[in-house]
Amino acid sequence: MNADISEIQTFDHDVVVIGAGGAGLRAAIECSAQGLNTGMICKSLLGKAHTVMAEGGVAASLGHTDQRDNWKVHFRDTIRGGKFLNQWRMAELHAQHAADRVRELEEWGAVFDRTPDGYINQRPFGGHRYPRLAHTGDRTGLEIIRTLQDYGIHQGIHVHQECTGLKLLKDSGRISGVLGYWRDTGRFVLFRTKAVIMSTGGAGKIWRVTSNSWEYTGDGIEMAYSAGAELIDMEFAQFHPTGMIWPISVRGILVTEGVRGEGGVLLNSENERFMFNYTPDRFKEETADSPEEAQRWLDGDASARRPPELLTRDVVAKSIMKEVEAGRGSPHGGAYLDIASRRDGEYIKRKLPSMYHQFKELAEVDITKERMEVGPTLHYMMGGIAVDGDTQMTAVPGLFACGECTGGMHGANRLGGNSLSDLLVFGWLAGKGAKDYVGQLSRPLQIVPEHIEEARREAVAPLNIEGGENPYLLHEELQNIMNDVNIVRTADGLKRAIESLQKLKPRVANIYAAGSSQYNPGWNQALSMRPMVMVAEAVARAALIREESRGAHTRLDFEGEREEWGNINVMMCQNADGSMDIRKVQRDVPPDHLAEIAYANLEDLEGGLHV
Amino acid sequence: MSEYTFRIWRGDSASGEFVDYQTEVDDGMVVLDVLHRIQAEQAGDMALRWNCKAGKCGSCGMEVNGKPKLACMTRMNTYLEEDVITVQPLKTFPVIKDLVCDVSWNYDQNLKIRPFKPGPADSDGRYRMSQKDVDRVQEFRKCIECYLCQDVCHVLRDHKRTDVFVGPRFMIRAASLDMHPLDVEDRIPDIRDELGSGYCNITRCCTDVCPENISITDNAIIPLKERVADRYYDPIIWLNNKVSGLFQNGSKT
Ligand SMILES: Cc1cc2nc3c(=O)[nH]c(=O)nc-3n(C[C@H](O)[C@H](O)[C@H](O)COP(=O)(O)OP(=O)(O)OC[C@H]3O[C@@H](n4cnc5c(N)ncnc54)[C@H](O)[C@@H]3O)c2cc1C
Ligand code: SF4
Ligand code: SF4
Ligand code: FES
Repeated sequence: MNADISEIQTFDHDVVVIGAGGAGLRAAIECSAQGLNTGMICKSLLGKAHTVMAEGGVAASLGHTDQRDNWKVHFRDTIRGGKFLNQWRMAELHAQHAADRVRELEEWGAVFDRTPDGYINQRPFGGHRYPRLAHTGDRTGLEIIRTLQDYGIHQGIHVHQECTGLKLLKDSGRISGVLGYWRDTGRFVLFRTKAVIMSTGGAGKIWRVTSNSWEYTGDGIEMAYSAGAELIDMEFAQFHPTGMIWPISVRGILVTEGVRGEGGVLLNSENERFMFNYTPDRFKEETADSPEEAQRWLDGDASARRPPELLTRDVVAKSIMKEVEAGRGSPHGGAYLDIASRRDGEYIKRKLPSMYHQFKELAEVDITKERMEVGPTLHYMMGGIAVDGDTQMTAVPGLFACGECTGGMHGANRLGGNSLSDLLVFGWLAGKGAKDYVGQLSRPLQIVPEHIEEARREAVAPLNIEGGENPYLLHEELQNIMNDVNIVRTADGLKRAIESLQKLKPRVANIYAAGSSQYNPGWNQALSMRPMVMVAEAVARAALIREESRGAHTRLDFEGEREEWGNINVMMCQNADGSMDIRKVQRDVPPDHLAEIAYANLEDLEGGLHV
Repeated sequence: MSEYTFRIWRGDSASGEFVDYQTEVDDGMVVLDVLHRIQAEQAGDMALRWNCKAGKCGSCGMEVNGKPKLACMTRMNTYLEEDVITVQPLKTFPVIKDLVCDVSWNYDQNLKIRPFKPGPADSDGRYRMSQKDVDRVQEFRKCIECYLCQDVCHVLRDHKRTDVFVGPRFMIRAASLDMHPLDVEDRIPDIRDELGSGYCNITRCCTDVCPENISITDNAIIPLKERVADRYYDPIIWLNNKVSGLFQNGSKT
């Protein structure tokens, strides 16, 4: 095959944003505002990205429901929730800017629920000291993505929908383009560009029980890694404590934390509110120790502490698992979540309409009258592409990243609501970072035709390997392997998983997708297997090396947090021979002003004072 | 577990036909689960769209036994085992392949709607709105853009007036802006001239299929039509509304 690329459809942009969720849209809006010719590609139709599914809310210290709140308390909560592994600068910027980014959405037309005096209302959520989540019922993500979409389409962004990015192209180390294909025709398309902003979200589809859709196959993480970017914290994958578990076909679908934020409680088969037995020492001081105190908190008593159902996700997920193991689980192996006995039916329907609808339609359960059955579901990747906290640039010049595909911001465990705010803050900053970078580029960039040819050859291979493996079944096998890289882990299981993944690789190279390249989900699935296997291996290897239990990472053979690991991030990158380089990296010492906040007493921060 | 027959439209813009698939169905499954099973076991290249599997993204609209439905919210126990279940793409839009059609026309309609234009903020730089005033706007903003309403609207489906009428989905979007307490744009001329409000003759077919239960016709289209009528056909009512509106909540009623 010759390397003639002139017949490939080509677009020229200053910057290409890969992914049109909250992060990508916010980044594209900023790029456009900065005067860059901005292209955006996404696998699904515009407005269908994961962000649309977010339910509970977006965290920002607006201080509308409790005036004691401010960015410092938000920062402190985020760091404590992340078990002190978060990148300091990212957590700082996030807490400082979240409120402005949320207000900006209101200026662009978002309609959040209101407080009695007319301001944006905020609801309590796990790990957040004060009611902090701006929300629109339980469809906050829809409100946010639609606002960004409807604002964005008037900003001159070139949107290329149902277009999958395959490979980043470079010119002597710098980003110079993206190769992708149109889903409808299967034809290849080339974007020449000076910078790329990766905002492709997570990789939940490597696990069987997940709240994530088919899009979450880790493409962006793999593209960045293959181009030379570093990954950070890959061992931390968040299991949300409350996914639906029955019927089987809906297993994994999310039940928002908002149910607990609105007063919902977790019960075991003996009708015991078991979370009172699982409050970790670190949070004892801030958590109610009796149902009576928890009730006062729900009634608005400012002196009462939060109920234990609102402990961080890692804690609640593991507690449910322990109850099930002790034989006190619900019939289908989870726990009961009860809001019916806590709030009246009208209130539930108004505050949690899509939960009401979802259970009614999919499980034939009326949550205003009956209890829900819930259990842990893979939900979010804390780990991802490593970026500079201020500019969002990766180790590859010209490659930026923001949103769920990045790592570092959330440390070992993300607080609910902190993702939507992360998208807004870092999408905005990535746009600024890209502008600065593009502005100082001094020479034109080239596309190397051979790089395209190689990627094309690889991509069409599955259409021609008759008798090869079925992509759907291979995906199931990958999910089976990941049962060893689940919510609890052991060295044996992780080693077994890594070995199985090695055996899977040649089979992935031998996938056969019947049919043509035209809108062919089998072929699309085949192409997403490589990124999934790559991300799976990164998670398993990072999990094996971290010999402690912290946040979302639980090792049965290394229980509890180990001091020596509290200062270590696990970083990975690709070696020249294609193998995975994995390193323990000493964390930066926090600047004094941040260390002071992170370790401060709440009382000192509530005044918003001196620190 | 039981065995069902699915008759699925397979083809592209050039040609196509219905193909029968026999498949096992487990308790609690929805139509989308069955389609996925068929895809994994018998028809690897069968095209369909989905994302959330929980009625939140609006990707999986299709016609099941002739009715526009979200495949992910249509439970199999609403059908009998002996029935053949027919599945085909939304008819109003050109088919791309199998169950996927080209809905880009909808994205073009959205561009016809002028962006949100807020009035000045309060002196503290913040905006205030009462929950009561945003309730009706929030109803419209529940829309997941599944286009089922667009699919059944006879103006688009049968009369093919896609050149003059934006369809119910974008009428409610216009309503969500027009009734937004902070918006100060005068949208009435556009609603008549660009969006084509006059073409709707209030059959309510759109409302009947909306999976979000939005009262498209009664709460959005009829009030908008009334405003258009007030403005263009009865200047006295229009002026009257405008003046009394000023005393209620600012610049618009
Ligand atoms: C059910 C659910 C509820 C949630 N609720 C909350 C909540 O209440 N609060 C909160 O803060 N967080 C919540 N989250 C988490 C949060 O929604 C996500 O982390 C966040 O939306 C991710 O946004 P993003 O912009 O990074 O990516 P996404 O919104 O997932 O967008 C990814 C984009 O990348 C595109 N893409 C991927 N691969 C490619 C490729 N190869 N080529 C081209 N495009 C590609 C996709 O098409 C998509 O457009 C929830 C998540 C789920 C699943
Ligand atoms: S009520 Fe109007 S918009 Fe709705 S289906 Fe009938 S004609 Fe179409
Ligand atoms: S109004 Fe209802 S039917 Fe129409 S697109 Fe929106 S959600 Fe779908
Ligand atoms: S898959 Fe999202 S609405 Fe059906």
